[in-house]
Amino acid sequence: MVETTGGEGDSRVEALRARLTRRDVIRGVAGTGIALSIAGFSRPGAHAQDASPTAGPPIKVAFVYVSPVGDLGWTWAHDQGRLALEQTLPNVETSYQESVPENPADAERVIRDFAQKGNQIVVTTSFGYMQPTINVAKDFPDTTFVHISGYMTAENVSTAFGKIEEPRYVSGLIAGKMTKSNQLGYVAAFPIPEVIRGINAFTLGVRKANPAATVKVVWTNTWFDPQKERQAADALLDGGADVITQHQDTAAPQQAAEARGAYGVGYDADMSPLAPKAVLTSPIWHWGVYYIDLVRQVQAGTWQSNQYWGGWKDGLVDLAPIAPMVPEDVRAMGETEAAKFRNGEQTIYTVFTGPLKDQSGEEKVPVGQAMTDEALLTMDWFVEGVEGDPTP
Amino acid sequence: MTQPQPAAASPEHPAVLRLEARAAPSQAVAVLVSIVSVALALLVGGLVLLASGEDPIAVYRVMFTGAFGSRSSLAETLVKTIPLLLTGLGVGIAFRMQLWNIGAEGQLYLGAIAATGIALFVLPDAPASVLIPAMVLAGLAGGAVCGAIPGFLRARLGVNEIITSLMLNYVAILLADQLVHGPWRNPVGFGFPGTEQLPDAAWLPRWGTTRVHLGLAFGLVAALLVWVVLRRTRWGYEIGVMGGNERAARYAGMATARNILLVMAFSGALAGLAGMSEVAGIGHQLQRNLSPGYGYTAIIVAWLGHLHPAGITLVAFLLAGLLVGGDQIQMSMGLPAAIAPMLQGTILFFLLGGEALGRYRLVRRSPSAGPRPRAEAR
Repeated sequence: MVETTGGEGDSRVEALRARLTRRDVIRGVAGTGIALSIAGFSRPGAHAQDASPTAGPPIKVAFVYVSPVGDLGWTWAHDQGRLALEQTLPNVETSYQESVPENPADAERVIRDFAQKGNQIVVTTSFGYMQPTINVAKDFPDTTFVHISGYMTAENVSTAFGKIEEPRYVSGLIAGKMTKSNQLGYVAAFPIPEVIRGINAFTLGVRKANPAATVKVVWTNTWFDPQKERQAADALLDGGADVITQHQDTAAPQQAAEARGAYGVGYDADMSPLAPKAVLTSPIWHWGVYYIDLVRQVQAGTWQSNQYWGGWKDGLVDLAPIAPMVPEDVRAMGETEAAKFRNGEQTIYTVFTGPLKDQSGEEKVPVGQAMTDEALLTMDWFVEGVEGDPTP
Repeated sequence: MTQPQPAAASPEHPAVLRLEARAAPSQAVAVLVSIVSVALALLVGGLVLLASGEDPIAVYRVMFTGAFGSRSSLAETLVKTIPLLLTGLGVGIAFRMQLWNIGAEGQLYLGAIAATGIALFVLPDAPASVLIPAMVLAGLAGGAVCGAIPGFLRARLGVNEIITSLMLNYVAILLADQLVHGPWRNPVGFGFPGTEQLPDAAWLPRWGTTRVHLGLAFGLVAALLVWVVLRRTRWGYEIGVMGGNERAARYAGMATARNILLVMAFSGALAGLAGMSEVAGIGHQLQRNLSPGYGYTAIIVAWLGHLHPAGITLVAFLLAGLLVGGDQIQMSMGLPAAIAPMLQGTILFFLLGGEALGRYRLVRRSPSAGPRPRAEAR
């Protein structure tokens, strides 16, 4: 996959746009699949495999993880999805490899090995696996590959991601009400669009609830490193932050907040069991929603390469229960807002609707205008109210 | 590293068991020690596996097959061998001169940066016959510069090269990060870090359908070159003498400062070539996480290979197999991924421990024959 000229790049953006509009169709299909699986019934003809679950060899699905499954983090959330897949669908066999480095030599070897072992579906769950996934997919045209969080697709490679910014925004509304110092801290992994979008969504929520508050960002340059994450959180707490949130894969920042008597907003999974006195709520993932639908489509032979970007309404993302220490009025506000996202009244596009200013106060999105998918997917600037540098 | 201690124990610490240099470490003892070390490592690793309820034989078989059992697994082991071999040779030659180059990781990155820069910005339209040699030179030069800096500081100012070479690792890795997040970022990469892909002419040829690339030849040629330098050249002789006794070398009229600089640059150049070959042979772009720590693993490779080019080549291959085979424990057996590094650590621990016992021997002293009477000690 060599793309060096502007022309090819533009055509890719066009292709992306086309796929993005196709998402609605995919989402519809996903909804049907989930409804069926929850009800536990199968409709003869609609899903041939479901009608005879034990017939034929099992479908093999492999997962490549960037960190250990561990406790309540990104990989844990994906592994919950894998388990949901095994529990919901008959005749599915899964395997996985944890802590696969994101360098091309190791990642490609592991992905290739899973394909060679006869897995019909290989899911790679970190951005760094994008190019390796594409490379391997070329040699295994009959295998279905899904890369989480990237932008490259192929005939047999889909991408999938979720609008975690929606619950992040609501968590920001709550956090903005809970801060006393008006200084919030954000422990963030890498300055890439995914993380920058999340910081912006959170900050927009915070500032909506509390226009005087600011969000300070510290980059750790790692997805998973409890010690580094904790140090970053401590530095933010030292600087006066009294609510810590994160785009990291462990609960270490939440535990740092708890140790100082500060609040926190978790990520990936409900992190309150690991820091019950700190965690106000957590934007969370329900990957099973997507994985179950993916396997159904492959089994039914209806799967086509696509770029899935599921939202709160689809059930892919959610907000964990709001903690008891949050005052009743704030909790009610949070739940009201959450309900608007669940029913689709609000979306990532309403969150990112102008007027939006960048850190210098310059208007980036005019009043009433929603940001486009392309603008969101390539976001490399911070909104007003973020303290920090969106470049490393 | 560890100088053999004289036989007398210090009076304050009357040792019962102590290490004593073997008079003439024999080849037979070395081989025996290696075999016993591996056997012990597998035994202890097996006990841990048994304790966690797994069948050690099955685990070992899966690891072995995963590393050497098929054409594709063998190919992947060779892919992993390339950077370990080049960086191992690089640090090995520095260690021979008692120069502790801990900076192979950074030298690898600078080599990768230089080679990428040539391919993307200097000669993007050149044919492979021009571009690949140019990238090789750039990789060598990038690594050499990164090695020469601590070399210069050590040679001219006596600054400890362990610290400076180690610190330059962070500089080089952050420079690469800065480039792939900033000025070198792929303009159509949706804001994600990483350069665009190198032009096709920059891709090192591969062996059939495997990922084994021309870098393997670089590694083998480098091993031969290091052997020739050490065995057949005046410079190699000087390296040996300086490694034994720098002061003696200076009295003998050897240009010690120049040699320190040259050896550090040479050492860095080999690591830089490893970076170039990872970019041109595997990733085809400069990106974050180019190396999972090859420059540090190289230190183990060099020591286990007795700082000898042939030994380093063999150890790089076996260690690559150990790392590649380790993946299979989870992929094929569904066991926790942590078992692989645990087993790898156990095996390395016993090998390095056995290594010490090959060159030194444990001596038991009865207290009466040991230190002088306590009264004589002040």
